[in-house]
Amino acid sequence: MITLLEARNIGKRFGGLQALSDVSLTIRKGEVYGLIGPNGAGKTTFFNVLTGAYTPDGGEFVFNGSELPTGKPHKVVGRGIARTFQNIRLFRELTALENVMAGHHIRTKAGVWGVLTQNRFTREEERLTTERAYELLKYVGIERFAEVVSKNLSYGDQRRLEIARALATEPQLLALDEPAAGMNATETAQLKALIEQIRRDGITVMLIEHDVKLVMGLCDRVAVLDFGKKIAEDVPAVVQKNEAVIAAYLGGGKHAH
Amino acid sequence: MTPRSVVGVMPARLMDPTAAPDWRLVRLGRGIMETLIQQLINGLVIGSVYALIALGYTMVYGILGLINFAHGDVLMVGALVALQTMTFLMGMAPGMSPLVMLSIALLVAIVVCMLLGFTMERLAYRRLRNAPRLAPLITAIGVSFLLQTIAMIIWGRNYHTYPQLISTTPLQPIEGVFITPVQITIIFGSAALMIGLLLLVNRTKIGRAMRATAENHRVASLMGVDTNAVIAFTFVIGAGLAAVAGVMFASNYGIAHYGMGFMPGLKAFTAAVLGGIGNLGGAMLGGLVLGVVESFGAGYIENLTFGFLNSSYQDIFAFLILGLVLIFRPTGLLGERVSDRA
Repeated sequence: MITLLEARNIGKRFGGLQALSDVSLTIRKGEVYGLIGPNGAGKTTFFNVLTGAYTPDGGEFVFNGSELPTGKPHKVVGRGIARTFQNIRLFRELTALENVMAGHHIRTKAGVWGVLTQNRFTREEERLTTERAYELLKYVGIERFAEVVSKNLSYGDQRRLEIARALATEPQLLALDEPAAGMNATETAQLKALIEQIRRDGITVMLIEHDVKLVMGLCDRVAVLDFGKKIAEDVPAVVQKNEAVIAAYLGGGKHAH
Repeated sequence: MTPRSVVGVMPARLMDPTAAPDWRLVRLGRGIMETLIQQLINGLVIGSVYALIALGYTMVYGILGLINFAHGDVLMVGALVALQTMTFLMGMAPGMSPLVMLSIALLVAIVVCMLLGFTMERLAYRRLRNAPRLAPLITAIGVSFLLQTIAMIIWGRNYHTYPQLISTTPLQPIEGVFITPVQITIIFGSAALMIGLLLLVNRTKIGRAMRATAENHRVASLMGVDTNAVIAFTFVIGAGLAAVAGVMFASNYGIAHYGMGFMPGLKAFTAAVLGGIGNLGGAMLGGLVLGVVESFGAGYIENLTFGFLNSSYQDIFAFLILGLVLIFRPTGLLGERVSDRA
């Protein structure tokens, strides 16, 4: 298996809180990789550091064989990592279609001059962007809402739209932060099917999720964070039986809550 | 003819570059209807200029939540740079057609102001992006003083007469109603710029990136938008519009001065608040409404107060409006997003 992302000794401290300490993990191309752990374990912080929203205090990410820039989110996106958010963060005043088109921004080349003069290249590129955005809305199943301002979409559809927007950046690694949060059973099943489709289409998925059933059914491998440290990394069946993991989730042991 | 500096005694109206055109023309023995139309035209002219300036305020506010109080001074720099260019061209190529000359001057002013806008953002505001709101606000006021002082050093403290390259001889489309070609140019020029801006923001990928950034920087950058570039671009566009507004303003009143940006800057800020700050359509509407109200106010204040106040008190209206809007409809005419901005 080819390694897509390697995190080496990532550390991040907020004042007196060591949110991540020495976290190392490896994600292989084509897999669905789960990142789980109790609340406050550092999962979202890991996403934020990975995507450049935070600068890590130590360590580095190697993506596709070369180091990722830190603290420059749009450059990380350019390298092929896209994400969604635990609490939905769409561009609320933009339509669904525009949200997806905004996601495609980094893959378009027209500059200020092209936009101001509306030359043929720019118009053609804009047409392709629109077309591609429609395809992505269709892909996640909400093309009928293309012209709806995104804040008016239902919760489940907003989550799908976030995924479509992330896919518009043409990522190799799609990082989903609790995509099933707040979804009912039907919506979760649809989401599972969508993620499986995304994997079949060759995109590696990294998943933060609390829905254990979803994680265990979907992920090829799982890493468990607790108090900012990785305490396990393996296939779901093995992780489920890991003593430290059980202790972290259920309390007891040295990590008494 | 070179623009000469006018020092010393000037009529009160000329000392204040923001004062209205000569209202005596307006009131001299004309019917009620003609006066009304005349006030409307005057209001639309100055309102168009306010609208262009207000767009700069509102775009920057929309995207950064910053009120760039130095924006009015960008207008001043635009007017004076254009003046300098015209003076230079008149010396170098006296035979040049006035329209070509004006176009070149305008272009130079736009480029200089765009560079100024870019520099302002880069040096003064970018590093304060995550600071408490008061810090960039005070910095903006500091930048305003800085620009005025630099302009004073370069162009002196005198009032400069502004070359009238487009005719100011009034036409009379309706008996008793006057409009100058400069005013016609101002109305149509600013309308074209505003339409262009709306298309840019609503129909292009840069506009989409601007709207995305305005809603949420962090998310926009996590979705691959280079937000620093978008913010710089916003300042640059706003400054370009201010440059045009500056040349229009100075051409309309025939005068330019290092402090000329202050009053129209404040008025345009009022217009932006009136329309709903952060909202492009609002800035345009607010500018026009403010211009018309001011013009009617100036035209009728003398009658309304039985001669106690005259048209030199016209500034009252802009700020009266600002007060009323802030009390009764703080989100402005078209605004709704101010309150839910994080």
